[in-house]
Amino acid sequence: MDVFVQQLINGLTLGSIYGLIAIGYTMVFGIIGMVNFAHGDVFMVSSFIALIGFLILTAWLGVSSIALAFLIVLVVSMVLTALWGWAIERVAYRPLRGSFRLAPLISAIGVSIFLSNFVQVTQGARNKPLPPMLSGGITLFETDGFQVFLSYKQCLIMAVTAVLLTGFWYLVQRTPFGRAQRACEQDRKMAALLGIDVDRTISLTFVLGAALAAVAGVLYLMYYGVVSFSDGFVPGVKAFTAAVLGGIGSLPGAVLGGLIIGLIETFWSAYFSIEYKDVAAFSILAVVLIFMPSGILGRAEVEKV
Amino acid sequence: MSVAGINVLVEETRALAAGKAPAKTLLAVRGVSTYYGSVAALRDVDLDVTEGEIVTLIGANGAGKSTLMMTIFGAPQAREGTITYDGRDITRLPTHEIARLAIAQSPEGRRVFPRMSVHENLQMGAALHDRRYFAQDLERVCALFPRLKERLTQRAGTMSGGEQQMLAIARALMSRPRLLLLDEPSLGLAPLVVKGIFDAVRDLNRRDGMTIFLVEQNAYHALKLAHRGYVLVNGRITMSGTGRALLADPAIKAAYLEGGHGAPVEV
Repeated sequence: MDVFVQQLINGLTLGSIYGLIAIGYTMVFGIIGMVNFAHGDVFMVSSFIALIGFLILTAWLGVSSIALAFLIVLVVSMVLTALWGWAIERVAYRPLRGSFRLAPLISAIGVSIFLSNFVQVTQGARNKPLPPMLSGGITLFETDGFQVFLSYKQCLIMAVTAVLLTGFWYLVQRTPFGRAQRACEQDRKMAALLGIDVDRTISLTFVLGAALAAVAGVLYLMYYGVVSFSDGFVPGVKAFTAAVLGGIGSLPGAVLGGLIIGLIETFWSAYFSIEYKDVAAFSILAVVLIFMPSGILGRAEVEKV
Repeated sequence: MSVAGINVLVEETRALAAGKAPAKTLLAVRGVSTYYGSVAALRDVDLDVTEGEIVTLIGANGAGKSTLMMTIFGAPQAREGTITYDGRDITRLPTHEIARLAIAQSPEGRRVFPRMSVHENLQMGAALHDRRYFAQDLERVCALFPRLKERLTQRAGTMSGGEQQMLAIARALMSRPRLLLLDEPSLGLAPLVVKGIFDAVRDLNRRDGMTIFLVEQNAYHALKLAHRGYVLVNGRITMSGTGRALLADPAIKAAYLEGGHGAPVEV
C-alpha cells in the first residue's frame, strides 16, 4: 500500500509532464494531420531556456525568491518557446502545405535534428545541472519505516499542470479563438468560407502547443535538476505515445494518455525492472491499439454526413 | 458583348424608363475561367447579380455550378477573368478576406461542423461579427427555421440532412450578408423539406431584401423562385433570361424539366 501510493504520486507527476507535451502533438495532428516530430526537441529547447533563465536570475541578478524566479522563468520560457514553435511552422511546415503527405513529416525530422544539434553546439554536449531550488516536502504517512513522501516539487508540478490545463481547456472550449481552432480541425475550407484566417489559426496552434511544452520543460528541469541536448527525444516519443494511446486529436485523451504512460512507467520500474520501463509503456500502447485502434478517447473515423 | 451584359443593359434601361434609379450590380463575373490542373471547369463565364434579386444558376451534375460558387470565394481562384463584388475586384483575395465583405455561402454538401453544437455552428457563422448582434441574429434565424431552436445544443453531425441544410443557411445568415450564395439547398431532401427551405429563401428576399444567388439542380423550383436565371453546360453559360422565360423555353423544358431530376413535384 505504502509503496503503491508513493509510486502513484511519482507516476502522476511524470504523467503530468507527458500530458503537457502530448497536447502539442495532438493539437497539431488534429488541425493539419501531421505528426510534429520536432515537438520533443521544442520541449528540450524550453528546458534550456529555463535553465539559462534560472541561472541569470539567481546568479547574476540575485533574485532570492524561488517563487518569483519560477514565475518569471515560466513566462519567459513559454514566450520564447512559443516563438520557436511559430517560427518552425512558418519556415519548415507552411511552405510544404499542400505538397505530398510525407514532405512535412520529413521536414519535421529535419527540424528535430537541427534543434538538438543547435543546442549541442551552442550549449555543449554534457548534462547541464541546475542547483536544487525547491527541496523538502510533506510526509503523508509512514508504515514499517517506509515514508510516503510528497515533495514540494511534485506538488508544484501537479498544481501548475492542473491550473494550466484548466485554462487551456477554457480557451479551446469557450473562446472565439478555441472555436475557430476546432472549426479548422473539422473543416478548414468551411472555416475559411466563414472568414477564419486558417493559416493564422494553424500558427496559433503551434504557438499554444509549444507554450505548453515549455511548461513541461520548466517542470522537467526542476524535477530532475539536469538537462541535456538529447533530452527531447525520449520524453517526446513517450508523449507522442501518450497522444496516440489517448486517441490522437483528442485533448482529454492526450492528458489521460500522458498520465497512463507516466503511471505504467513508474509502476513497472517499482515492481518489475527499471530497465524495461520503456518496453512496458510501448507494449501497453500496442495492446491498446489492437483492441481500440483509435485510442482510448479517440473518435471512430466513420461520421454521419 | 456578352449575353449577361446585354441583360443588365436591358434591365437598367427598363428601370430608367420606369423612372427608378437603376439597381446596383452587386456581383459581376466577367470572362472567368477556372481550371483544376489542366482541366477547365469553367470557361469564359459572364454573370451578374443585381441588388435585391434572386438569381439562379441551373445545370446538370458536373456542369461546374459549385466550382463557380467556390471561385467567387477564391477557392480555387479564377485563372482568367475578374470577379467584382460591390465595385471591388475580389478575384485575387484570399477566401477568408472575401468572407469579410458581407458575402456568405451555404456550400455544396452543407459542411456543418459535425462535432460542434448547433449553437456553436451559428457562433462560427457570426465569427466576424460584433458579439452585440449575436442574440438578435440568433432570434432571427430561429424564427426563420424554428427547428433549429429546438436543437441548439445538439451536435450538428447527428442531425438529419434537412436540419443540417437549415443550419448551413442559418449559419451563413449569421454574418449578416448582403449577398447570400446557396449551393443546392434541395439536394437529397424530401419534397416537403425542400418546400420549407425555398419558402425561407423567398422570405429572405421579399421581406428582408436580401440578394440571393442560388445554384440548383432542381430547375423547376429554382426558376419559379428566381427573378433571373442562367444555364450552365460543361462550364459555359449557354442561356440566360428571366425565370419565367427560362421555364417556358422548350430547350430547358426538354433538358431540365421533363422526366429529369428537376421534375415538378406537387406538395
